[in-house]
Amino acid sequence: MSRRKVPSFSDAVFWTVVVFLFMPLFVLLLYSFNASKGGTFTGFSLVWYERLFFGSDQLWKAFGKSVSIALGSASLATFLGTLAAVGTSRYKFFGKGYVQAMSFVPMILPEIVMGVSLLVFFAGLGLKLGMATILIAHTTFNIPFVYLLVSARLEEFDSSVIEAARDLGANEMQTLLKVIVPMIVPGILSGWLTAVTLSLEDFVITFFVAGPGSTTLPLYIYSAIRFGVSPVINALSVVMVVGTVLLVYPSRRFLKAFAAGA
Amino acid sequence: MLGSNVSISGLSKSFGDFKALKDVSLEIKKGEFFSLLGPSGCGKTTLLRLIAGFEDPDSGLVSIDGRDVTGLPPDKRRCNTVFQSYALFPHLTVFENVAFPLRIRKTPGKKVRELVKRHLDLVQLEKHADKKPSQLSGGQKQRVAIARALINEPSVLLLDEPLSALDAKLRQHMLVELDSIHDEVGITFIYVTHDQAEALSVSDRIAVMDGGKILQVGSPQDIYENPKAEFVARFIGDTNLFSGKVVSFSNGISLVQDERIGAIKVEAGNEAPEGSWVSVAVRPEKIRISLAPPAEAGPLGNVVKGMVDEPIYSGFQSKYYVRTPGGGHLVVFRQHAQWSEGVPDIKWKDEVWLSWSARDAVVVEASGTSIAPVVSGDSLDE
Ligand SMILES: Nc1ncnc2c1ncn2[C@@H]1O[C@H](COP(=O)(O)OP(=O)(O)OP(=O)(O)O)[C@@H](O)[C@H]1O
Ligand SMILES: [Mg+2]
Repeated sequence: MSRRKVPSFSDAVFWTVVVFLFMPLFVLLLYSFNASKGGTFTGFSLVWYERLFFGSDQLWKAFGKSVSIALGSASLATFLGTLAAVGTSRYKFFGKGYVQAMSFVPMILPEIVMGVSLLVFFAGLGLKLGMATILIAHTTFNIPFVYLLVSARLEEFDSSVIEAARDLGANEMQTLLKVIVPMIVPGILSGWLTAVTLSLEDFVITFFVAGPGSTTLPLYIYSAIRFGVSPVINALSVVMVVGTVLLVYPSRRFLKAFAAGA
Repeated sequence: MLGSNVSISGLSKSFGDFKALKDVSLEIKKGEFFSLLGPSGCGKTTLLRLIAGFEDPDSGLVSIDGRDVTGLPPDKRRCNTVFQSYALFPHLTVFENVAFPLRIRKTPGKKVRELVKRHLDLVQLEKHADKKPSQLSGGQKQRVAIARALINEPSVLLLDEPLSALDAKLRQHMLVELDSIHDEVGITFIYVTHDQAEALSVSDRIAVMDGGKILQVGSPQDIYENPKAEFVARFIGDTNLFSGKVVSFSNGISLVQDERIGAIKVEAGNEAPEGSWVSVAVRPEKIRISLAPPAEAGPLGNVVKGMVDEPIYSGFQSKYYVRTPGGGHLVVFRQHAQWSEGVPDIKWKDEVWLSWSARDAVVVEASGTSIAPVVSGDSLDE
């Protein structure tokens, strides 16, 4: 008699989650290879990929803007957030508690509130909306994430290591560059990656602070979809999913290897 | 000041309301193995951190090699520290950890290799140069920390309980090694420990600390044989403490009236004049224990009768806790020096005779007035 496997409750939950998480992706994947534009699958074709890569100048322009804003704001936020984390963990100064408490606010604030407030702020300053304002806005909401990830790393390590560096002749700057930064590299990297992702996908805040000529990819997709879902978007989504996986997987392995070596 | 390497005068440090160090002064000679010994929380680490420059004193001066360094940062002082937690750089190999101070000073590569190799040889780690700290054992990590601290050729090496994270056996081994490293490099070691056996075995001199103060400074023999305070006598080794009024003084012998033990003869010259109150310490190995009464006490002999409360056998010797009829407690060591057939065993509840010479008693505290000090003669209540 063969043993019949009764699906347990946890199995059921597992498969439900898998279906809900991956079914939409799978549908997307499927329709990106659809020969026709409609809701029925009429045959396998690469026509939408062709259209994506050779007939979508607007889309690629938007993509380029998104990427440059993502890289720029992530790098700025990583620089500022790391310095803030090191500063609050190493030094005592007036307003330190305030900085620590306030650093969380952009994380918990509803995006729409943040978008509006940034818009009002820029308008008040008389700044022209465009790439610069998007860059500033993205940097602003990215800093807390970097700050948090780097702070966590800083709290982990033994502060006598820093004293040892000073004792062995390193000045403040050398201690920062040769000891503290190398030890918190994993935190800095994951902060940067998180910031890139958050910036790439942000819609709400960007929507408020964008101006003419600064259409990022999410804004472009949103405007394109208003005239019906183009299968080109499906193809783009598949490309992005694959790209993300290719990017994230090796960096995770690197972080793990680094953590093991440390 | 001549010949002194580290000189500390009137050093005080408070954390909030808490006075961690109270007016500490010390002169440490060049090349000395100097230990700071005291119970947990007495301020040893604080004193060391003030010497290293991690902390600034509230008042007082620190000078190294005759130069006032008070207020200077650690990298401007010619001393290096071996931390209790090793404090190795986890992202660097053993080689690069040791080379760190040289890299900071931009020493040429060839010189770096040469110096690092010499120092890794010194601590016997030449085979582990390419490992990361996480791949080393505790003892090996400690050696890396020592090599790294020595490579700058400091004039003083500060060690804060460097062996406390190691197991007992390895600790003994590392202690011997530390001693030979000290002999080889010839610089001053300031060694913090709360383990009296450790301090006694390697130090040239010891400072015993308690409650943020230095109670006594001296050679290990000095500290052990002539404790100058009750705390020192109690903290270093086992001890029997008696206290009471000196009821008579003649021919250099003071008779101290301890309320539980009775009258005790003490040869202490003019440290215990008639009418004063004194505390007197007698080390347990100075007391003889026997089942039969000793032949003749003589003018210097003390004889006390008692009952064995607890015998503790530990191989090379036995330790006996003996209770006297007056309610006093004494602790006595007996060496198992010879094959002991024929010498009767001393067991629990046996009636015993204790005897010692008035010369082996040391006055640890005295007050000229006749106010009773608030100490008891009970050496068991630790
Ligand atoms: N940064 C600090 N803030 C407040 N109190 C402190 C600080 N550093 C030390 N103390 C206090 O000062 C006293 C002395 O501390 P210290 O570290 O010098 O003791 P220690 O003799 O080294 O003890 P241990 O053997 O446990 O290491 C302790 O009571 C400690 O609580
Ligand atoms: Mg300590």
